[in-house]
Amino acid sequence: MAPLLSVRDLVTVFESKTRPVQAVDSVSFEIREGEVFGLVGESGCGKSATCRSILRLFAGAPARITGGTIEFAGRDLTCLSEAEMTRVRGREIAMVFQDPMTSLNPTMRVGDQIAEGLIRHESIGRRAARLEAIELLKQVGVPSAEQRLDSWPHEFSGGMRQRVLIAIALACRPKLLIADEPTTALDVTIQDQILKLILRLREQYGMSVLLVTHDLGVVAQTCDRVATMYAGRIVETAETPSLFARPLHPYTIALLNSLPGGKKRSEPLQPIGGAPPNLADPPPGCRFHPRCSIAVEACRSTAPALLPVDAPHRVACLRRGAEPS
Amino acid sequence: MTTTITETPTASPRQRRLPRLNPPLTAGLAMLVILLAAVLLGPLFSPYDPLKVDFAEALRPPGAVHWFGTDNLGRDVLTRVLAAGLVDLQIATVCVVLPFLIGSTVGAVAGYFGGLTDRILMRIVDILWAFPFYVLVIAIVGTLGPSTGNMYLAFTLVVWISFARIVRGEVLSVRQSEYVMAARLLGYSHLRIILRHVLPNAITPAIVYAMADVVLTILAVTALSFLGLGVQPPTPEWGVMIADGRNFIFDAWWISTFPGFAIIYTGIAFTLLGDGLDDLLRPKG
Amino acid sequence: MPASTDTPLLEVRGLSKTFAQRRSLSHIVMSQAPHPLQAVRNVTLTLAPGETLGLVGESGCGKSTLGRCIAGFHEPTEGTVFLRGEKVSGDGYDRQRLSRELQMIFQDPYSSLNPRLTVAQALEEPIRVHGLRRGRGEIADRVDELMSTVGLPPGLKSQLPHAFSGGQRQRISIARALALEPDVIIADEPVSALDVSIQAQILNLFEDLRSRLGLTYLFIAHDLNVVRHISQRIAVMYLGEIVEIADADQLFEDPQHPYTRALLSALPQPDPTRRTEAVSLEGEPPDPSSPPSGCAFNVRCPLAHDACRAQAQELRWRGDHGARCIEAFKRD
Repeated sequence: MAPLLSVRDLVTVFESKTRPVQAVDSVSFEIREGEVFGLVGESGCGKSATCRSILRLFAGAPARITGGTIEFAGRDLTCLSEAEMTRVRGREIAMVFQDPMTSLNPTMRVGDQIAEGLIRHESIGRRAARLEAIELLKQVGVPSAEQRLDSWPHEFSGGMRQRVLIAIALACRPKLLIADEPTTALDVTIQDQILKLILRLREQYGMSVLLVTHDLGVVAQTCDRVATMYAGRIVETAETPSLFARPLHPYTIALLNSLPGGKKRSEPLQPIGGAPPNLADPPPGCRFHPRCSIAVEACRSTAPALLPVDAPHRVACLRRGAEPS
Repeated sequence: MTTTITETPTASPRQRRLPRLNPPLTAGLAMLVILLAAVLLGPLFSPYDPLKVDFAEALRPPGAVHWFGTDNLGRDVLTRVLAAGLVDLQIATVCVVLPFLIGSTVGAVAGYFGGLTDRILMRIVDILWAFPFYVLVIAIVGTLGPSTGNMYLAFTLVVWISFARIVRGEVLSVRQSEYVMAARLLGYSHLRIILRHVLPNAITPAIVYAMADVVLTILAVTALSFLGLGVQPPTPEWGVMIADGRNFIFDAWWISTFPGFAIIYTGIAFTLLGDGLDDLLRPKG
Repeated sequence: MPASTDTPLLEVRGLSKTFAQRRSLSHIVMSQAPHPLQAVRNVTLTLAPGETLGLVGESGCGKSTLGRCIAGFHEPTEGTVFLRGEKVSGDGYDRQRLSRELQMIFQDPYSSLNPRLTVAQALEEPIRVHGLRRGRGEIADRVDELMSTVGLPPGLKSQLPHAFSGGQRQRISIARALALEPDVIIADEPVSALDVSIQAQILNLFEDLRSRLGLTYLFIAHDLNVVRHISQRIAVMYLGEIVEIADADQLFEDPQHPYTRALLSALPQPDPTRRTEAVSLEGEPPDPSSPPSGCAFNVRCPLAHDACRAQAQELRWRGDHGARCIEAFKRD
């Protein structure tokens, strides 16, 4: 079966005063129907830029897609006009953002914000939209939905606002939900509630989810497949159990090793030396080589391709299979 | 040892960067330098006396002898514009610097200490704010009598409240910064914290406003002089010159027009300076 | 409360902090007084020299307010802070001396450094103000030493903060706090703004400094994994109260308070073979200006019964392990 979303060699460039920054550099991945796909990496690795490229939502930033294709349900989104994209956004692909405090319009009642998308995209009446909004609020677990419909956003807590945002995203039954760090601003018990909610809704609506996060724990708990990003490129992609059981890229390995909590307390953590590169001036060859413990001379000059190790597990490393020294 | 693992510095380890001039700042500075050179050096080279009346030369149009023409009393307009420039810049400087100092101090104290101090100081500001600017200035100068000194006094008493409000607002937000909390915890005195940690990060908007205020002050001085409460004739002053020329505007346009251009030029220069300083002084990162 | 064998370096006794709330229009119309916000409620804890006490809890639980009360930013409404047995809260203590014994590290590496001071200026200032070194050369040497201590090349000392990354800035903040050679450091979420690979560097630095300089930490964080790694003992806060306090491993292996258990099970483990289906905890923390009667946790607690709703609970102890729950330590 053809995947729902297929991103091929995507390149997105942000213009800046000094020189253009290639935030997304030949990124390829697929999302199948009904699957939760995780995109994980540290800040500035291009994971948010990738999902914003899919919806072409750059919030005023001077960004352009300069290469690649984004095939969604049989169409190439990069070829669509802005008007056609508007119909795709919200209706077929919806997005939930990181900050639930600023993602709702403070001057509109919550119910109206949910109904807005329904009225625009589904051309249904006000009354029907209202009933639908109540149903959606119940679905996302907002208690006493009928009364809460007429509340203002400031009357909701962070967790409840994120539920409302998910209700807005679900309003038009999208085929794909892009969740960009949806729980980063939330406390751990609320994060747990929201992640479980997303998983339940995925079952119920049969939609696919692209989950962007920096938290490997969140990936392990929610995603079916995952891709690790570093400095604008995907360095490893695998089924989640396989990635955690046998990480192959030195960056993924190092990231897992730097997590506290797993090891005995008396042992120091194993941080990754150095800092991620400046994308305006990335290192040649493999972008991880300056911080890599097993880099060899060839890593400085040759950019490794993302190649399969065992069927679905692919890694972009010249030294794949080499034991870390 | 683990602590030797360090990130590579994101900037090249060169010496402290020199303040980089931006286009508006460069343009504003250049215009100001030209203006200062003109008002300071111009009168030295001018063959005319800005005050000497010569009815034989009255109302000459601009030409090779009198570049900007002469007024109804036969005084050279160019020489008077330059002489007036010095007067106006002096007045504007004093009328901006004094309120800037007083207002910034009050604003910093009110914003930093908060509580009762803040409430008392800001109520005073609110009361003064309730009066229209000109009403207050005219009342003060009118009561004390027209003179340059009283004009300085009037402007200072009225304008400081703007600076106090601007600086207080900025200080309120800078005070929340973790570096100010850290400074308190490091046992620094309040004076040191205000001068070294709070004000340098809070003063930029006040400086930018001061640049705009120079222009407003020149216009206000003009208005006061027009009412006879400001600069007294025959001292040349741009506003007085424009007012004097209004009776001849159709026959001798140059009397009012050239001081008008001078005001516009000065306004543009200081606006550019304000813009450029805003860019230059805003902390990076 | 069991008596500690060592003299504590830092002791907090019965500390409460309430903030008056602003009267809103409805308060004026209804002529009611607004409920004060009870940020910290009757907290007692001690820190032994050289130990790290982790303080965890979700946002709004009062952990930062507690840290700031100890550091002297807030006047405690009730209760006292003692440093080596001497009172360091309320009136009549030497603030200058407190600053040489207790320092704080803040969360946001971007707002914790004055953007207009170079690293050298920021590190020289406390040394000069307190007169710890005399003369240019000695002060410069000390600055270099501080930078090396936190793993920064002294060659970068003439840079302004904007030239540094988040992790490096956090190192500068640490160096600045160390300039006065304090004994106690209160670290308020010092790594939560950093990426995991950088976070590990800073956590190692904290560990390293503790063993080299004999520092004592009160380490405030919301991330239980981080706290477990760095702490010998952990205190869990909920709605302004300490609900459980124990040795770090014991807290993780044998949590007694249902809230601690919920926090632990909500923690996303980086292990896909250990997935749970059930949500760990329903509902959200109550409003701290009107805490529920009885046990503060009863409205969300899966074990709550009538007694929990009727009466507030005291900490129950078994050895050094305390838990504010009627059901604690009952299973064995």
